[in-house]
Amino acid sequence: MADDGREESLGTDDDSDQTGADAFLTDFCVSWFKCQGQIMCSFVVSTQMVEEGSTLMRRMEICVAEAEKRSGKNAVSMQETFTVYLIETRPMDAVAEGHNPAPDCLWRRYSEFELLRNYLIVTYPYIVVPPLPEKRAEFVWHKLSADNMDPDFVERRRVGLENFLLRVASHPVLCNDKILCYFLTEEHGWKEAVYETGFQAKVLDICEHLLLNSCFMEMKHYSDELQSHTSQLLRARARVADRLYGVFKVHGNYGRVFSEWSAIEKEMGDGLQSAGHHMDAYAASIDDILEEEEHYADQLKEYLFYAEALRAVCRKHELTQFELEMASQDLISKKQQREELATGIVRTFSFKGMTNKLFGQEAPEQREARLKLLEDLIAEGEETVKEKTIERAEHVEKAWVDIQRFKEQKDKDLREALINYAVMQISMCKKGIQVWSNAKECFLKM
Amino acid sequence: MSISAPRGLASSGQKPITEILHPLSAAEEPLSPGPDVTVSGGRDKEVGLTNGTPVETPSPASASVLFNRLQLDDDLDSDGRDPYADTETHDLFVTVDDPKKHVSTMETYITYRVSTKTTRIEFDLPDYSVRRRYQDFDWLRTKLEDSQPTHLIPPLPEKFVMKGVVDRFSEEFVETRMKALDKFLKRVADHPVLSFNPHLNAFLSAKDLNKRQGLALLSKVGESVKNVAGGYKLRVRPPEFCAMGEYLDTFNQKLGTIDRIAQRILKEQSEYLTELREYGTVYASWAGSEEELQRPLEGVAGCVTTCCGALEDMSENMGQDFLPVLREYILYIESMKNVLRKRDQSQAEYEGRLEAAVLRKQEDRTPIPAEVEKCQDKMECFNADLKADWERWQSNKRQDFKQLLTGMADKNVTHYEKCQAAWESLITLLQDKQTEDKTSCKSLWEIRQ
Repeated sequence: MADDGREESLGTDDDSDQTGADAFLTDFCVSWFKCQGQIMCSFVVSTQMVEEGSTLMRRMEICVAEAEKRSGKNAVSMQETFTVYLIETRPMDAVAEGHNPAPDCLWRRYSEFELLRNYLIVTYPYIVVPPLPEKRAEFVWHKLSADNMDPDFVERRRVGLENFLLRVASHPVLCNDKILCYFLTEEHGWKEAVYETGFQAKVLDICEHLLLNSCFMEMKHYSDELQSHTSQLLRARARVADRLYGVFKVHGNYGRVFSEWSAIEKEMGDGLQSAGHHMDAYAASIDDILEEEEHYADQLKEYLFYAEALRAVCRKHELTQFELEMASQDLISKKQQREELATGIVRTFSFKGMTNKLFGQEAPEQREARLKLLEDLIAEGEETVKEKTIERAEHVEKAWVDIQRFKEQKDKDLREALINYAVMQISMCKKGIQVWSNAKECFLKM
Repeated sequence: MSISAPRGLASSGQKPITEILHPLSAAEEPLSPGPDVTVSGGRDKEVGLTNGTPVETPSPASASVLFNRLQLDDDLDSDGRDPYADTETHDLFVTVDDPKKHVSTMETYITYRVSTKTTRIEFDLPDYSVRRRYQDFDWLRTKLEDSQPTHLIPPLPEKFVMKGVVDRFSEEFVETRMKALDKFLKRVADHPVLSFNPHLNAFLSAKDLNKRQGLALLSKVGESVKNVAGGYKLRVRPPEFCAMGEYLDTFNQKLGTIDRIAQRILKEQSEYLTELREYGTVYASWAGSEEELQRPLEGVAGCVTTCCGALEDMSENMGQDFLPVLREYILYIESMKNVLRKRDQSQAEYEGRLEAAVLRKQEDRTPIPAEVEKCQDKMECFNADLKADWERWQSNKRQDFKQLLTGMADKNVTHYEKCQAAWESLITLLQDKQTEDKTSCKSLWEIRQ
């Protein structure tokens, strides 16, 4: 049982009726297969794919036969040279039946392949979409092969494009896509069809989604900066105030010593005495000055706390975003499960799938029941996604408006605060000039 | 005392004096770079120091002349003008400037240019320019003290500096010292007695100061007082000298306090400055994360920086100009106390001798010897000189401190004016932008109106 992965030889049909020994066997197989891990998974999956086949692969033989140079006018009406590739398709059954009909063929250029791929990416966001060969020759080892028109480059590209189509056509989900079909069969109607899907709007959605995310991210970053700067400023201001207090108060000592000194002087006495009083007044003035500055500090504090509120709004956006994504993921996974159940094709590794293979499929009634349950859950899931989308959109709209309002308010308020601060400083300077001028008058009378 | 120094010749590395004005010229600019003392052409009411007496004789003014002068000047003018200002002729002007470093194999030292302009006949020439070092000033002071012990000799800046702690050749130190030397010389030159001292003459005019041989011309009074014997104890100091002593003690104390206060202020200001600088950078870094507020915040940062600069200037000034003058006066007080003590000695000697002589007379009718009378003369001279110098000192002190303190007040006013200007220009900037913005959003200030 170990090496060749022979699924059918083991166990019972229905793993729910296993005996103790069988249960042990199941467990053993499961854990063994778990050890084998990826290898088994891909083997199983690819075997299934090969065996049961993708619909398209079954139906069609596809190849990219040739490449040719063309000249024509591009979107901005400029003459350009480009390469087109010939896609040939033949119905598989026809081939199998021994007929050899002429293949249907059409020419496509690289940009059309790109368009197809972009459509697939947007429409199947949960699928790892096969890549295209490089648009421009990069990673060149030799300057000469940097030319897009170089025959070797074109040949390698032809092969790459063929690989792309084969992979897409053999993908169990992508192969069913109508647009893909048109790409392979309708030379001219294809482009309209692809635009009609409106996939580009979804691209915009995604872009907007990313943009909004980055906007809120930026806002959150700003709220951090605002908080950090206001708190730094408040602390620095407090230290400055403390030192300034010291400077002023020491001047009060002049008052005392001038007074004492004036006692031993004759002519100088009066001048010194009055000057001393002014020094006392100077020292006392700092109390009011610093008291007034507290108002400024309060204004800064308000915005320190406002920063927190701003951050909360941004976090709420993150939250609505997260909830929407969770709901979407859940819905997608349920839809996948439904598909698996419906088509019997397992795309993802699951123990259920494994055990099904090992011990046989479940009974059709059970399958029906599970399917029904899934359908209900999917319906619920779709409701949830709708709700969450609305919630997010609302939040985004309202939050964004309010954030703009907040920005304006903050700019105005803080500018006012700075002006007030400057006014306070001027007032302090004027008082200083007054006191020292008075003292000077007294000194002159000495 | 003729010194055959050819006109304008000077010692090493001299420039001719072109910038110093002749004292009798019309211009009234101060001659020296020293900020605290100005010597003018006599029209300034606030003149710092006075000049020599209008005596005709070459010998130092005798005590009697001084007495006469004292009687004129007991009460001062009502507006507090210096009593000597209008009555003296200014005929000896000295300046100390232009410090230069001299490096020789033995030592490195600084010399200063000493420039003299005079009309006195004691001098051979009207102009002199010589280079002198601190040692030379010290020599002069010692000679003055020795030859004029009854007078107050102004102080010199401190002689010794701790080699490791203070840089003797730093610009600040040299500048401060030079100002003090300038002041010293000016005070001597303005003294009615000291300015005629031959040692001063030699100091100002000799090409090479030969310090080893003392000049033989000493006044009689000086010679004898110099050799006052110790051993006599004073009983009672006369009240006017007691008052002087007490005044000096108290004044010394107050000056010490003021010095400490000034130093404390400088320290506090320096710490304030550190915090203020940091404060400015916080505004600047906040500006980096703002758009509309970037200019206003940068403006505030700029204002704070300007205020820092203004504060730095003021602190530097205080350190260089204010504190040295205080310290100088503390040194002055020391030397004055010395003179008082010498006076006490002179009185003690007289009283001692007199007592001894009286006792002997009572015993064997020996008449009072002539030395006793000489002692009495000495003492009375000393007292007179001291009193005269005391008055002059008091007057000068008043001028000096008036100047010092008004200077301090001025510096503070200037500092605040600079700061005010900076903040006012910021407000204009901020308010201009404000009138531009006409959004619907209301600021808190607007909401509260």
